[in-house]
Amino acid sequence: MQEHLDKLEEQALAELNQVSEAEELRNWKVRHLGRSAEVGKVLEGVRDLPSEDRPAVGRRANEVKSQLENAYAAKEEALRGQELERSIAEEKLDVTLPGLSPARGRIHPSTQTMRQIIRIWAEMGFQVYRSREVETDEYNFGLLNFPPHHPARDMQDSFYTTDPEVILRTHTSPGQIRVMRERAPEPIRVVLPGMCYRHEQITARSEIQFNQIEGLAVGYQITMADLKGTLSAFARRFFGQDVRTRFRGSYFPFTEPSAELDIECFVCSGEGCTVCKRTGWLEILGSGMVHPTVLENGGYDPSVFSGFAFGMGPERITMLKHGIEDIRYFWANDLRFLEQF
Amino acid sequence: MKVPLSWLRDFVDIEVSIEELARKLTLAGLEVEEIRYVGLPIAHAETKVTGLAWDPEKIVVGEILEVMPHPNADRLVLTRLNDGKQEHTVLTGAPNLLGLKDSGPLETPIKVAYAKEGSQIYDGKQAGWELMTLKPVKIRGVDSSSMACSEKELGISDDHSGIIVLDDDAQPGTPLTDYMGDVVLDIDMLPNIARNANILGVARETAAQLGVPLKEPPYDVSWEGPSVDGQVSLDIQEPELNPRFVLGLIEDVNISPSPFWVQRRLHLAGMRPINNVVDTTNYVMLEIGQPLHAFDYDVLVERARGGSPTIITRLPEPGETIATLDGVERQLDDFTILVADTAGALSIGGVMGGGESEVGDSTKRVLLEGAGWDFINIRKTVAAQKLSSEAAYRFERGVHPAMAERGVRRGLEMMGELTGGSVNEGLIDKYPRPPVAPTVEITQSDIQRWLGIELELTEAAAMLERLEFSTEIDRSRLRVSPPDHRLDIGAGVVGKADVMEELARLYGYDRIPETQIADRIPPQYSNPRLEAGSQLRDLLASMGLQEVVTYRLTSPAREAKALASQGTEDRDYIRLANPIGEDRIVLRQDLLASVLEVVARNLRIRERVAVFEIGPVFLPIKGEQLPEESDRLAIAMRGPLNPLTWQGREPSKMDFYDMTGVVDGVLAGLHVGNIQYEPAAHATFHPGQCARILVDGRTLGITGVVHPLVAERFESPDTAIVAAEMDLGALFEWIPERYPVRPVPAFPPVLEDLAFVVDQKTPSERLRILIHETGEPLVVGVSVFDLYQGEQVGQGKKSLAFSIVYQADDRTLTDEEVATVRGKIVNRLEKELGAKLRDF
Ligand SMILES: [Zn+2]
Repeated sequence: MQEHLDKLEEQALAELNQVSEAEELRNWKVRHLGRSAEVGKVLEGVRDLPSEDRPAVGRRANEVKSQLENAYAAKEEALRGQELERSIAEEKLDVTLPGLSPARGRIHPSTQTMRQIIRIWAEMGFQVYRSREVETDEYNFGLLNFPPHHPARDMQDSFYTTDPEVILRTHTSPGQIRVMRERAPEPIRVVLPGMCYRHEQITARSEIQFNQIEGLAVGYQITMADLKGTLSAFARRFFGQDVRTRFRGSYFPFTEPSAELDIECFVCSGEGCTVCKRTGWLEILGSGMVHPTVLENGGYDPSVFSGFAFGMGPERITMLKHGIEDIRYFWANDLRFLEQF
Repeated sequence: MKVPLSWLRDFVDIEVSIEELARKLTLAGLEVEEIRYVGLPIAHAETKVTGLAWDPEKIVVGEILEVMPHPNADRLVLTRLNDGKQEHTVLTGAPNLLGLKDSGPLETPIKVAYAKEGSQIYDGKQAGWELMTLKPVKIRGVDSSSMACSEKELGISDDHSGIIVLDDDAQPGTPLTDYMGDVVLDIDMLPNIARNANILGVARETAAQLGVPLKEPPYDVSWEGPSVDGQVSLDIQEPELNPRFVLGLIEDVNISPSPFWVQRRLHLAGMRPINNVVDTTNYVMLEIGQPLHAFDYDVLVERARGGSPTIITRLPEPGETIATLDGVERQLDDFTILVADTAGALSIGGVMGGGESEVGDSTKRVLLEGAGWDFINIRKTVAAQKLSSEAAYRFERGVHPAMAERGVRRGLEMMGELTGGSVNEGLIDKYPRPPVAPTVEITQSDIQRWLGIELELTEAAAMLERLEFSTEIDRSRLRVSPPDHRLDIGAGVVGKADVMEELARLYGYDRIPETQIADRIPPQYSNPRLEAGSQLRDLLASMGLQEVVTYRLTSPAREAKALASQGTEDRDYIRLANPIGEDRIVLRQDLLASVLEVVARNLRIRERVAVFEIGPVFLPIKGEQLPEESDRLAIAMRGPLNPLTWQGREPSKMDFYDMTGVVDGVLAGLHVGNIQYEPAAHATFHPGQCARILVDGRTLGITGVVHPLVAERFESPDTAIVAAEMDLGALFEWIPERYPVRPVPAFPPVLEDLAFVVDQKTPSERLRILIHETGEPLVVGVSVFDLYQGEQVGQGKKSLAFSIVYQADDRTLTDEEVATVRGKIVNRLEKELGAKLRDF
């Protein structure tokens, strides 16, 4: 009987060795560990054996059974491993095929630049004040110290409406008067963003509508040195910590003294290139101390209050930053342009 | 304004480099936009640099000793030319030498600009500025490797009509760059410094910036002729418009071309030389800023019937006209100031002369006018007549009447020199309205308060004196008065600002320190609309929509394109008085029309477009001057829901429900609850696929499928465009300041799907609301997940399947509880809507 079991074991293990697929393994299991398997029969027959043989045969039969079970488990594990390896090998993908993006929306580049500018000014205590786009001649010019027939009016060609007193604002500056009249005599720190209009032909360099963002600070002890320090701080935040700036004299009717802020051209580092028109500098911002007449028109006594104002064009800045040479892209809304931002 | 360095040096010694000077002037508000080198060596500058340096070895003064005929060509000559070291035979085709070709050795050699082989010069024959190098060539058998140059070839001007004939003082062999090498600064003259739009003005700024003295030109005249008294009289009828008028007379003038140095300076400054009299008036104008006018005196005498002429400045007679030098017969406005004599108008004062009394080749006596004019009146005239001139450019920016006398004196002296004429003794000068110079008072604390710098009053005074202000310090006050060449300094606090600007420019913008505002931050205000607008943009972008920004200017016809069944006649638009084109004549009222244009444009390049714009429309208000600027949101989507991919699955096209889904998403994102849609009619939309968007019964906007006729006009005839428009003013009112957040339930929900068969016309929303209401509080969520129409439910019916979430906060629901609620729902739907629970 012992021999029988030895043989049984030997044969079963030999067969198991030959198994290479799950199906065969299942069959093997039925044959050798199933209900009618030989080992089972031997175990069942133990009680029919003479009592002195029972323990030895029973032990041996159990031993063989558990041996086969172990071998089966090991084989099953091995086969599963092989199977996994094979299916992994079959599941290899072409990782270079493009991903399947969900539709993605973006914010218009002008809005993006405007947000960035507004965020920086907000940190310096300048809050957004929105002002109207259709204005009176008085707010757009008269109250800003552009008297009728003044040469400064040449600098800005306006769109007039059929009411001769009503124009499309040529700059965000009329908002200065509006916010001052609303807040006087409180000190002010605001930025005034929004669309402006000029009567021009639409070309790669000039547009009939463009955004501006203008800043205004009015207080008791605001100086030109503060203007310089504040704008330089902005330039560093916006263009980078190491940006070189330059203040130079300029002219706007509603500020005096007036200054232009240039930054060193980031394309050529000041060597001169087409972007900076060979000057090495980029004009970024117009600014100045609020003209006493404008303060007065806003309801502030210029002998007590002083202030500064500044303005810049988000489209122009966006163009400089990204090397865009045609301003018409902004309102043409070709998705091939907009989707690059 | 073009400023030749050599001319500037007449009035100021410049010890710094030209590039450094350009930098200083730029910082001081005289922006040097370009440095053009005309001979001098080129260096790096912080501005645009152009031009040509003349090689001192190769381009020198030469003298032509003899002009000889060319053996093979009539239109060419050979010249015997001395370059200071040796003689050459040089070929030229210059017309100004042709006439001398048979006259033998010249009595006075002709001085020329001689370029040797290897010189780099401009190609005179090419349009524009092309550089070339002189190489040995033969022209018609004659060696021709060097040449006598024209102004164009040396970059002085675009004149290539003949070779330059230098003045006699030029020494052969002298490097030309040493003799007349120059640099031209092109300065952008802003209105506040337009008084400096002349060489003297720039010299004064230069002197002040460099801290060196200004060498003001002498205004002496070498009187030679008899007294001017009695030869002409003056009658100023409008002293407010013509505060001063000065006349001088010069006899025996010989009209001829000006000497080369005058021509060269005029050319470098951008003016064309004409003759010695006209050139003198232009030269003086460029030099000191006072325009002059030269009359042919004998013409005036003739017009006065042989008597002594009277110059009258006056307003026009009704219907009076004048023929100006540009050949135009002009109707005059009642404010146009005229210079006239007893026979009629001679010129428009300060703007342009008339043809008749103009100086010509045969002129013998010149009456020279220098006047002061009211600058606003000149501006009005220029605008009304659409006529400008070099003189008007200056007068309309304000020329101090004190300059009139200086101009005439300088003009007479120079004209005498250039024409060989003799100047009659004295001037006829009427000055009825001398401007009163304001006195401006400033203190040290003003300077500190304004500019943020510590400056002693004595220092401030010294600075202003450099610009010729008169100054007086009275203890802690500095009183200053502007010089009599400027009109731009105001009185009172405006004058203070004007003086501060001068101090800032003189102190140096680059030296002003950088400080931070010492004031406390002013009161801050909440700005919910700005934040909501920003959030709205982000929400829309997060749902796959691209923000666009369109022109606010459009036309009624363009907006009508977005309306299927009506026009825009009933819209009262803000109209432009001066549009740039027919398609942009009004301010928009229909944001969606603009956004649909964007869709149409992009459909040329792609199938799928999903865009939105946020911006104002402009609605006139009765009785108000200014319109309401009402913010709107417009959304338009068209094409596949998702971009096409290589996987080839055909995505579904966006329809009505994709649109309302976006609207729902936006409103949910803003925590606006209680949204409803009700069928609506709107000329832009499909009559059966259009809904009003309501919140708590109030209209927020409109949405739906764009009317097929409209879609076709916007390039989408076969595929639906879906769109929405909302009034942001109304929307933002519904955004709650706070919204509650519920705890996450601790007990499991029961999920159940129920399908009902109802009439096809029953809106699904009614079922959804009924289920929700009936099931409250245990039903916490109801949503449609299937719609079926067809045989299985019968004609005129539809099946709507809902998934329902039952949930209690304090316990796990039992099947019995859920069954009870379900029973109530089924009963209620059956009773109210005739809905039948559907078995699967
Ligand atoms: Zn550059």
